[in-house]
Amino acid sequence: MIRRLLTRPTGCFAVVVLGLLVVLALVSLVWTPQDPFRADPFRQWAPPGPAHWFGTDASGRDIASYLLAGTRTTVLVAAGSGVVASVVGIVLTAVGSLTTRWVREGTAVLLDILVAFPTLLTAMLLTAVFGGSLGIVVVSVGLSFGVTIARVARGEIRRIARSDYVVAARASGVGPLGVLTRHLVPNAAPLFTVQLSLAMATAVLAEAGLSYLGYGAGSDTASWGNLLADLQTYIGVHPWSATWPGAAIALVVAALSLLGDAVRDATDPRLTTGDRAARGTAATDRTAGTPGPGGDRAPDADDPATTTPGVTA
Amino acid sequence: MTRFLVGRLLLLVVGLLVASIIVFATLRVLPGDVAQVVAGTQSTPAQVEQLRQQLGLDRPVVVQYLDWITGVLRGDLGRSLVTNGAVGPEIAEKLAVTLPLAGMSLVAALLVGVPLGVLAAVLRRRAGGAVIGFLAQAVAAVPVVWAGMLLIALFAVTLHWLPTQGFPLDGWGEPARAFSSLVLPALTIGAVEGAVILRFTRSATLSVLDADHVRTAAAVGLTRTQALLRHGLPSVALTVLAVLGVQIAGLLVGAVVVEQLFSLPGVGRMLVTDVGRRDVTKVQSELLVLTGLVLLVGFAVDVVHRALDPRQREVGE
Repeated sequence: MIRRLLTRPTGCFAVVVLGLLVVLALVSLVWTPQDPFRADPFRQWAPPGPAHWFGTDASGRDIASYLLAGTRTTVLVAAGSGVVASVVGIVLTAVGSLTTRWVREGTAVLLDILVAFPTLLTAMLLTAVFGGSLGIVVVSVGLSFGVTIARVARGEIRRIARSDYVVAARASGVGPLGVLTRHLVPNAAPLFTVQLSLAMATAVLAEAGLSYLGYGAGSDTASWGNLLADLQTYIGVHPWSATWPGAAIALVVAALSLLGDAVRDATDPRLTTGDRAARGTAATDRTAGTPGPGGDRAPDADDPATTTPGVTA
Repeated sequence: MTRFLVGRLLLLVVGLLVASIIVFATLRVLPGDVAQVVAGTQSTPAQVEQLRQQLGLDRPVVVQYLDWITGVLRGDLGRSLVTNGAVGPEIAEKLAVTLPLAGMSLVAALLVGVPLGVLAAVLRRRAGGAVIGFLAQAVAAVPVVWAGMLLIALFAVTLHWLPTQGFPLDGWGEPARAFSSLVLPALTIGAVEGAVILRFTRSATLSVLDADHVRTAAAVGLTRTQALLRHGLPSVALTVLAVLGVQIAGLLVGAVVVEQLFSLPGVGRMLVTDVGRRDVTKVQSELLVLTGLVLLVGFAVDVVHRALDPRQREVGE
């Protein structure tokens, strides 16, 4: 599977960008070209050069060092959101499929309702209560995607459980645990991975959006969102300065959503080679299970309908 | 259809109810005392207690909830904790900015996404298709703040075609000025959401290009373009419609960031301000109105989709 992932150009791009991001985050722990927070009143708005690779900002901070230090925040927010989404998703899926009938039906209706709540509004609600922080970004993105994962998984599990091979396995004496580990988990895993990578992409955008609104990373934390927000104030004078953080965020978000597409294409046995070629890049839309063309409310793995409520950052 | 309508309507009502309960309950577990926050740090305990009674915060939470929700049903969204101004009329005033903004963004997103998506699918084996696909991927990944900054830098700062930020003080008194100040914000949301719609349109068109009925239409004498336009696009339109249900929610919420960036007096900016002030009664009503809009749009899109899609009709309908 890994090899199939790397032979696709999109998969290769995604793995390289994300690998680089993690390496840079580790490097920033021990070394940055300069102190990312040191303001230098004599070096405001220095152009990019050997001393300051990406130039300096309004207070004379070295943009390259600040961006490098910010990779840590990006990695933490993305990974944290992924973990929360997995835990919430797995718990909700378990409750939705292993409990009594009434609880299952209730969970199904609740998921249908919760999936419509936009991530950003969840974040604003939590911010009104607890004040802004990176934790809010992680929790609200994690909750939103946990719900999405559980909802998508419900349809998928129902489909797999009714499939011929599971019926055959049952008939030949495989117990519920065997069906779970041998058929359900491996078949649902790609879908899960796709949603996780989308959750992480959304988290990176959400960090930028909420930091811009003043409710994300504190000013003592180096984050790409904070840098974007700072540079936005000088848009009239230095309109192009925000290119660095803007492009960095876009690159990572694109890599994460391409990773999801590539994983799905590389693991879905129902896609023939021709389909793969034709499909190329599929969508990262922004919310859950969009009704497929057939209008079936259960999201279909083939449909690029997967996603993120508009935390349009 | 009637059965579907009743079921979907029920889901909408339950959804609104659940939303109101979640919003209210979350805001009431506020660490720290609402009355204390409103009274300020200089107040004596007696003053705080008096304020608490005045605001009705000493009553049981369930009573407070019922009080709020019956008010909402009568069209009374409560009063601000900070300024004591009525919340309902203020939200209505701000919606006069946010709703046109969302509408214009939607138009922009469709104008960008649909034609280019179809084109990208038709050109799938040529360079053009790949370029469009690549650009869509890139634009969809751009943070809205940066997208807005780039548009401001290009159209306002460099070319001076459009105003940078702000909205006329007299609102829609001068429609042309108000409209032109919404153009850049709408383009910002439209570009990012349009890129997403583009990708869905592309993948829907791709699956239609190879569909039997389109191939047959071409085989019996229509050109490939005619076959696609007459027999393929109706089903692409249905997919786009289904995607819109979700994307319109994105447009409304995207307004939160964009209104801040362009200094527009809309509901999103109002929400951001009130969250900062911890004006609980305003925040709860704003969130209810926004989620209510999102749920209503979802409902409307589902109903229209159901009515238009022949595959979903029951026998005898």
